Amino acid sequence: MTSLLSVTDLRLSYPSRGFRAKRPEVLRSVSIDIAPGETLGLVGESGSGKTTLGRAILGLAKPTGGTIVFNDQDITHLSPRERRAIARDVQVVFQDPFTSLNPVLQIGDILSEPIIAQGTSRSDAQKSVGDLLDQVNLPANAAARYPREFSGGQRQRIAIARALALRPKLIVCDEPVSALDLTTQARVLDLLIDIQRQTGVAYLFITHDLSVVRHISHNVAVMFKGELVETGTAAQITEAPEHDYTKSLLLSAPIADPDRQRERREQRRAMKSFVTA
Amino acid sequence: MTTPPVPDVAVPTSKRQGALRRLLRKPLGLVSLTVLVLLVLIAILGPLYGHNPNFSTLKDINVGPGSPGHALGADQFGRDILARLLASLNVSLISGAIGAGVSTILGTVFGLIAGYTGKRTDAVTSWVFSLVMTFPALVLVLVLYPITGGSYQVMMVIFGVFLSPGTFRLVRNLVIVVRNELYVDAARVAGLSTFRILSRHVLYVIRGPLIISVAFLASTAIGVQAGLAFLGLGSTLVPSFGAMTSDAFANIYTAPVQLVWPSLTLALLTGSIVLLGNALRDVLMDVGGVAKAVKTKGRGHTSERDTATPHIEDDAPHGGLLALRNLRVSYTQPDGSERLVVRDVSLDVKIGEVVGLVGESGSGKTQTAFSVLGLLPREAHVEADLLSVGGDAISLSDPAAMRGIRGGVVAYIPQEPMSNLDPSFTIGSQLVEGLSAGMSKREAKATILALLARVGIGDPVRTFKSYPHQISGGMAQRVLIAGAVAGRPKLLIADEPTTALDVTIQAEILDLLRDLQSELGMGVLLVTHNFGVVADLCDRVIVMQAGEIVETGDVRSVFTSPKHSYTRELVGAILDENTVRSDPPPRAAGALTSEGTK
Repeated sequence: MTSLLSVTDLRLSYPSRGFRAKRPEVLRSVSIDIAPGETLGLVGESGSGKTTLGRAILGLAKPTGGTIVFNDQDITHLSPRERRAIARDVQVVFQDPFTSLNPVLQIGDILSEPIIAQGTSRSDAQKSVGDLLDQVNLPANAAARYPREFSGGQRQRIAIARALALRPKLIVCDEPVSALDLTTQARVLDLLIDIQRQTGVAYLFITHDLSVVRHISHNVAVMFKGELVETGTAAQITEAPEHDYTKSLLLSAPIADPDRQRERREQRRAMKSFVTA
Repeated sequence: MTTPPVPDVAVPTSKRQGALRRLLRKPLGLVSLTVLVLLVLIAILGPLYGHNPNFSTLKDINVGPGSPGHALGADQFGRDILARLLASLNVSLISGAIGAGVSTILGTVFGLIAGYTGKRTDAVTSWVFSLVMTFPALVLVLVLYPITGGSYQVMMVIFGVFLSPGTFRLVRNLVIVVRNELYVDAARVAGLSTFRILSRHVLYVIRGPLIISVAFLASTAIGVQAGLAFLGLGSTLVPSFGAMTSDAFANIYTAPVQLVWPSLTLALLTGSIVLLGNALRDVLMDVGGVAKAVKTKGRGHTSERDTATPHIEDDAPHGGLLALRNLRVSYTQPDGSERLVVRDVSLDVKIGEVVGLVGESGSGKTQTAFSVLGLLPREAHVEADLLSVGGDAISLSDPAAMRGIRGGVVAYIPQEPMSNLDPSFTIGSQLVEGLSAGMSKREAKATILALLARVGIGDPVRTFKSYPHQISGGMAQRVLIAGAVAGRPKLLIADEPTTALDVTIQAEILDLLRDLQSELGMGVLLVTHNFGVVADLCDRVIVMQAGEIVETGDVRSVFTSPKHSYTRELVGAILDENTVRSDPPPRAAGALTSEGTK
């Protein structure tokens, strides 16, 4: 099996509050595989553990069980030093483009920083900043500006450029377009797809939006309450879902057509409600 | 609403100024910095004056200012006052540097470590610094005086140690906030070492408050050193402002003018440091003021009104539920100009009609809805040729009238259900409050319980007694909807009511809104960016772009045959539910098939 990332039976529970209190499990035996150059869409609602899974892969959350194997190397528990070496291959784009860029640093510094941290000289790093900006369709003069001078979509492009700086093999995209306007969202998604075609990077694409997942994913995994309920190709999951939760998720998302939306509404109401808010 | 509408690819060209330049722009900053720099220069060049500050001659005792060889005169021991003043300035500056330096270095280093590492390290370090904080610094400096051997430098080191808990707490608390920012996570993922993250990301962000605290620590240290010397602690061979004032004080009846020089210089020194700190705070924490908003209020509007031509003819005698004509909302910019965020918006909502107000962020849709509610911030300049709700014309500039329609004829459902519930009161008490005008407490409670059951809450009594943090976001939105319809409003204004919710819960809330709408015959103005929500709920759509209405129409016609290019772009950007990504992964195309069948 030539998978780039392989997560097996991953468990994660946060430390409990108080003595002998129950430790809530956020991830219950989750297993996913991502092949090189592939996009795996990870769908789920808030609290389903999808973001935690991403953070565990990035080394920002500590799993309590299971393994994460990246490129034939076990990266479940790495020392900070080993983690820094992995940084070259695993990168991230966060949801909120307003807090994921340091407000007091210029764009050029934000982009060159990861390159310098990997041992490249400052001047070489600064040369590649122009290429990175070009790759995400931003003008080269953006390097001397601060994040606050850019709109949400532009900031997300900068965050993508930062993730690309080290030419990683995998980028964890945690809801990268959900804070963006519709038209901007479409452009950023197209950019991500273009970059994937050019560089062969794999994405773990975390989102709650099924239409986004359908657009960008080769394979889709659906999470519900810390468990993986269904995996399959994007077409399988979005056209012929098997699990009830996936079905209700699909029918819940309103579509932009009044008449078909009415049909879907009736279908959904006929189905047993899956969540009780 | 917080982001200005900026075109997506073009980069705005705005002038940027460094903190130093902005500091020099401020009169306070310029003056205090100049005075401080001058004082430091004088202190450095002081030794060139060539007089020994401790050299005393009997013949010069108490000679006045301007005597030959003594520009400022001499004191009661015949020592040159100017020489002593220069030496004292030197001592004061060194004291300030040592005191502020020691406390800042100690506090910052440990504050960074404690705040960033957290957990046990934080607990232990915080405990130690809290312990140091409980010691009375000044008393301890006096007690420890013997071991300093009379050296003011050692005294200042000790004092700096006792001042450090303040800096420690400041830094630690700032770091805890910054540590959870996503850019720190991103830096960790980028492979930066902890030292680099701390020095580059964390320290750089918190430098503003830190610089200011240094200024205040320095002036405190200078004051304390002078005070100790005034009390006679420290070597008599070290001239200082304290010793000089003490000497002059003893001599006040003979030569009162001697008191002026040290006091004046000390005041200039500490004053310039503190004021520089203030100016720096203003510069570094500047949020871009609304200070000028009041000044331009009420002028210039009449001319605007004359030139504005109504877009829509006022044909109907406001038989509808809501009629709004030529709404304009503007904000005063920091440079004094007016920025129009809503221009000449006219819209109608008929009885029982659901109207969707769609647009992207910055299009002015929320501003429009909030103007009808009278909920815009004070800085907003709102005006309209006509606002009528339920057939009654209402003046937008009359807060009492606006308050009258809110909660009665017009109700509101917000975007963030949680932040619209007061965390310190139970849900029941918050809902009853809105009803208590017309009925007894018991009646109100019964009504609310019935409503909570109506909006689909399983256990109304328990929810009634709960606090907001005990319920989920979807539940909170149900509670707010119950509160909104409690007064049987004719018009419901909903601002992105489902944006913060999960899709499955969104579907249920939309169902609830639709049922309530038909049950109560309400008109609804629904502000949203989600075309799916529009298709689900709305009869009519109004599309806004950059503060203007670009298209209105029946929901079907807008979706199937949008007329305006912007609407076409918006509808085109909707991700089609039929397109599934079909191209194989760029590499490993073979691997996919084996995995897909797994």
